[in-house]
Amino acid sequence: MTQTGTTDYVGLIRNGIFKENTIFKLALSLCPSIAVTNNLRNGFLMGVAVLFVQVMVNITISLMRNFIHPRIRLPIFMLIISGWVTITDMSMAAFAPEAYKQMGLYIQLIVAFASILARAEMFASKNKFMPSMFDGIGMGLGFLLALTVISFFRELLGKGSLWGFPIIQAKPLLILILPAGGFFAVGILMGFFNWMSMRNEKRRHPDRAA
Amino acid sequence: MSMDFSKLFELIIAASLINNFVFTRFLGLCIFFGVSRKMETAVGMSITFTSVMMISAALSWLIFNYIMIPLDITFLKIIIFIGIVAGFVQASDTIMRKVSPGLYYKLGIYLALISTNCIILAVPLINAGEKYSFIESLAFAFGSGAGFALALIIMASIREKLELADVPAPFKGTPIAFIVTGLIALAFTGFSGLIKL
Repeated sequence: MTQTGTTDYVGLIRNGIFKENTIFKLALSLCPSIAVTNNLRNGFLMGVAVLFVQVMVNITISLMRNFIHPRIRLPIFMLIISGWVTITDMSMAAFAPEAYKQMGLYIQLIVAFASILARAEMFASKNKFMPSMFDGIGMGLGFLLALTVISFFRELLGKGSLWGFPIIQAKPLLILILPAGGFFAVGILMGFFNWMSMRNEKRRHPDRAA
Repeated sequence: MSMDFSKLFELIIAASLINNFVFTRFLGLCIFFGVSRKMETAVGMSITFTSVMMISAALSWLIFNYIMIPLDITFLKIIIFIGIVAGFVQASDTIMRKVSPGLYYKLGIYLALISTNCIILAVPLINAGEKYSFIESLAFAFGSGAGFALALIIMASIREKLELADVPAPFKGTPIAFIVTGLIALAFTGFSGLIKL
């Protein structure tokens, strides 16, 4: 979506969560989604980190969009993104050292997220402050929700706990915590997401040939 | 300079099999799913990737150890490493175009895809974090490239067959690729006891 001057803020947020959900629809920035989602706490924190970076990057670039020469905009964007990722990286090391120990590398890799760069390029560099901020919130929330859902299932079924609190007493499916399980979980959830949106399409446009 | 070959060999095995970048560390997935559709592109990408990986690992090691540590700016490593990779990819793009257009014609597109992605940044970051020596960093980079190549080639050979299979509609394309990758990852877990590090 590259609308300029849009004031449909809720629409922007809804777009980021459903229509253009980074993980389930666009299949971008997948690397961390499998790596850190083997328990709820890490997945949630990663999502929060991405949300923070996305919003701050969008705001920064939107505020600076008239001062950046088009030819060098991509390196400048990368610089801005790396700056915010470094801040997030250090903050997490300070405030959540345990989680950071397990996923520090993946937090640093946020800088390579195609989704953040793409959003900056497609939206924030062409739109005013408020729409850009809400677009960042929308895409970031979509990512956070996706990660939370994935890690919710993986921890609940794979370890029988949630955020470290034991919930299920039966023997858990250990495979879900292993890397392989991560792929399975995302693949199945992605298929489910597709199926839901296919159903919605059919319901909203019953005359369109599927 | 004493080269401990067994340590180097261990590093390569570890990077390519035990901690395979795609199947165990989940890095480079975007490229992995994008390029593994055909064997031809998989091989082309593997070659480009391993070479870029090794050279950028070497460059970032040099800059990290000879410039960043003495100047005490190691906290800037994210920014600087990505700058190195982007710069190097840009440079090799230009050089390849002039020096060997034939090679560029075959492999040039992969270069652009490599420039910003998790995996190419991960190797210098891990090298810096683990404080590998120069040769060790190169071995690690080579191992990760080899592991990535292995992943790509396995995946491509499966996906070429998958195109003809009868996949349920919601799973067509990426979801089923994920599940297949999960199965391969499962197989790779078999490597986990291979070397006692």
